[in-house]
Amino acid sequence: MGQFLQQLINGIQIGSIYALIALGYTMVYGIVRLINFAHADIFMFGAYMGFFLAPVMAKVFGGAFIPTIIAAMLITGLLGFVMEKLAYRPLRYKSRLSALITALGVSIFLENFCAMPFVFGPTFRAFPDLIVAKNIPIPGNLGLSVSNVLLLDIGVSVILMVLLFWFVNKTLIGKQMRAVAFDKPTASLMGINIDVVISTAFIVGPALAGAGGILYGTTYGMLASPFLGIWPGLKAFIAAVLGGIGNIPGAVLGAYIMGISEAFATSVNSNLGYGIAFAILIGILLIRPSGLLGKFMPEKV
Amino acid sequence: MLLEVRNIDVFYGSIRALKGVSFSVEKGEIVSIIGANGAGKSTTLRAISGILRAASGSIIYDGHDITHTPPHLIARMGISHVPEGRGIFGNLTVQENLDVALSSVKDKKTAGPNQDKVFSLFPRLKERRRQISGTLSGGEQQMLAVGRGLMQNNPFMLLDEPSMGLSPVLTEEIFGVIVEINQLGKTVLLVEQNAFKALSIANRGYVLETGSVVLAGTAAELRDNPDVKKAYLGG
Repeated sequence: MGQFLQQLINGIQIGSIYALIALGYTMVYGIVRLINFAHADIFMFGAYMGFFLAPVMAKVFGGAFIPTIIAAMLITGLLGFVMEKLAYRPLRYKSRLSALITALGVSIFLENFCAMPFVFGPTFRAFPDLIVAKNIPIPGNLGLSVSNVLLLDIGVSVILMVLLFWFVNKTLIGKQMRAVAFDKPTASLMGINIDVVISTAFIVGPALAGAGGILYGTTYGMLASPFLGIWPGLKAFIAAVLGGIGNIPGAVLGAYIMGISEAFATSVNSNLGYGIAFAILIGILLIRPSGLLGKFMPEKV
Repeated sequence: MLLEVRNIDVFYGSIRALKGVSFSVEKGEIVSIIGANGAGKSTTLRAISGILRAASGSIIYDGHDITHTPPHLIARMGISHVPEGRGIFGNLTVQENLDVALSSVKDKKTAGPNQDKVFSLFPRLKERRRQISGTLSGGEQQMLAVGRGLMQNNPFMLLDEPSMGLSPVLTEEIFGVIVEINQLGKTVLLVEQNAFKALSIANRGYVLETGSVVLAGTAAELRDNPDVKKAYLGG
């Protein structure tokens, strides 16, 4: 029982990080119907920003966590904005395959560019302590404990997700985003500038991934290499597909399912932790290709 | 002249959907474009609102050349296009549909009065404002599409088949609203398959056939024209 609850808690923790990444995949897909493979590398970029900025922020502000995460979100938001403008906008009215291949190209470029010695470097980096890690035992005789890092991961993701739901549902630009996702030509008749809405999605999604990168660094205490985004990115992408790609609550649901099943699978065998992601992908594609909360939408001709 | 369309050509791929179409709309008029399915009526409206680009020719609105202006700017310049097949945002609530229409409105303070006007014309929308609009009935969706156009409070409205799929009672109601909108001082360009109804409220009309204007005149002239009678008014 104790083991079960402990894995559940671990799963929710990693699921929170996946959720922050998955939201970016789903938002961008919902609006431009593009799987932005470079999103995983934006996450990586956010984590490295934490590595470089934390010492500076600690000196300037005293505490490191909040200023670092905000700075990382601003920078990854800017990176997403520039990426869309340079790489995807010129292909907006070309075939979707061209954009998809471009996304793969941007991803490979970011990974290898960042791995160059004078950029981030290809080697292992110890992530600075943004907070002092502490274990808090849970009262009772199950022998459970949670770390303050775990509480931070869950707390920060929940706050950001609540902010995102507010943004998408209550603000004019959020409503515009949903209108554009539904029908672009009609949205433009409403006076909506489609370019602004697309740029917004490419700022907000990457900013969330940047926050995820900071949480990732804080949780694992190290950055293996600029290729570190690949696995979390892949899992978050599968989570978005599981929830129904294009559907925001679906991405969150999918991410938590992914995190929890991974935690349990890893407790059996660490390789199974990787395998479970693909088992979930195959399962959902077989049983419900539109995802748990997604609606089947026939291609419009 | 509020709108002048000069000799425009519009292509879908390699298909020439409009072949040198010219017509004009005066301020305060209801002008109707009638014609069979596929004659190019909707294409004409899409070219005016900027969703489709005219390959040649020009479109002048209120003295400005809008031939190459993007659609969101045309909406902000004063043209509301109520698209065919309603084109409501089915994933948004009724209220949210009305809210996004305000994207073209600079002065957000006019939102309240605009909305009151829409709700007084369509009380049904007020009752259903929290409902997801995709679950509305066809007639209610049409009301929402027109209401959304009115939210923008633009002086010029393009209406594409507002009676499509509606019962005779609702059709009557919608045409009543169009006359009311016109009396509020708005100019209306109306595209309809229901030629008889359209010509009964219009000042002038144009007949479109396979991408060309084949006939123009006052609504009364068109109603009495034997060819029009035979082709569009059921003998």
